[in-house]
Amino acid sequence: MFLLRQLRRHPEFWNGVRQMSPQSPGIAAWGLMTGVAMVKSGLSVTESALMSVLVFAGSSQLASLPLIVAGAPAWVILATGFCVNLRFVVFSLHLRPYLLHLPLWRRLANGYLTADLSYALLIHRYPHPAQDDEGRLAQEAFLAGNCAINWGSWVGASLVGVALAHFIPTSWGLGFAGILCLVGILCSLATTRLKIVAAAVGGAAAVAAYALPLKLNIVVAIAVAVILCLVLERPAPLKEEAA
Amino acid sequence: MTDPWTLVIIVALAGVTVVARSFFFISSKAWSLPRWAERGLQYAPIAALAAVVVPEVITTQGQLIGTLQDARVFGAAAGAAAFYWRRNVLLTIVAGMAVYLPLRIGLGW
Repeated sequence: MFLLRQLRRHPEFWNGVRQMSPQSPGIAAWGLMTGVAMVKSGLSVTESALMSVLVFAGSSQLASLPLIVAGAPAWVILATGFCVNLRFVVFSLHLRPYLLHLPLWRRLANGYLTADLSYALLIHRYPHPAQDDEGRLAQEAFLAGNCAINWGSWVGASLVGVALAHFIPTSWGLGFAGILCLVGILCSLATTRLKIVAAAVGGAAAVAAYALPLKLNIVVAIAVAVILCLVLERPAPLKEEAA
Repeated sequence: MTDPWTLVIIVALAGVTVVARSFFFISSKAWSLPRWAERGLQYAPIAALAAVVVPEVITTQGQLIGTLQDARVFGAAAGAAAFYWRRNVLLTIVAGMAVYLPLRIGLGW
């Protein structure tokens, strides 16, 4: 949580800031187009601005827009938002040992602020959760730093998008910068052969299962890729068993 | 026109974000994952990113594109190439957009 001074003082906070900064233009372009999309779909400026500041989840914002505009029942809108966010449920399982030592409000604040890129950068920088207090503080500080940049770029650009919605034609396709940002992260995560397999299988499965409602294709893709990679992983070498 | 009910829904959606992102650490009861699940999770981030990115690049509303005259394919390829050249995400975005925008706005791909 970047509001805690204790974390901002930590060198890892600034390391997190540095590692997220190159992603910032892509996040901002994406946020900008999401802001534009909210106003263009028929939400008022107040509603769009509130959504930009509070919801902080591009895919669930975009998925809920048509439902809100059509006057769908609240539970349908919220259930849709949750399903589109299911990948975060998987991430939370992974993040659990990194955050469990914190008090509840700090766990929730960290969870709220940790979107895709922040999660990916944290796991990349720290593949294993720390075992001591010093290490835990460093990890939390790193996460806070990268979340600060991610949140600031996203929310700031979304608000600009809301304000300028009528001057930016969606046909320019500036939202593609967000995809390119994800492409860059994707390449940086492809560090082992099996991870490349996971990416290929995940991408193919997401296309194959695209017809599923509520973006469930993403959840299916994660499941298929993870299971396949576990099967392909060689069993841990047995110690001199043959000898 | 701002509708109070919509504002309530927006606040509730923010709650959904918190619950989804914190799902498995809302409760601090002790339990731990089996080893195989822990190993499996290392593949989740890249699979999730690919699952988001790939359909955005090679499908239109879920239909595989039937032509290579698509600015997104070249933009993404240029971005990936730029990444492997310099390992820099900012350069990925700049190079990708430099290929994507002329193709899209200039040629209408």
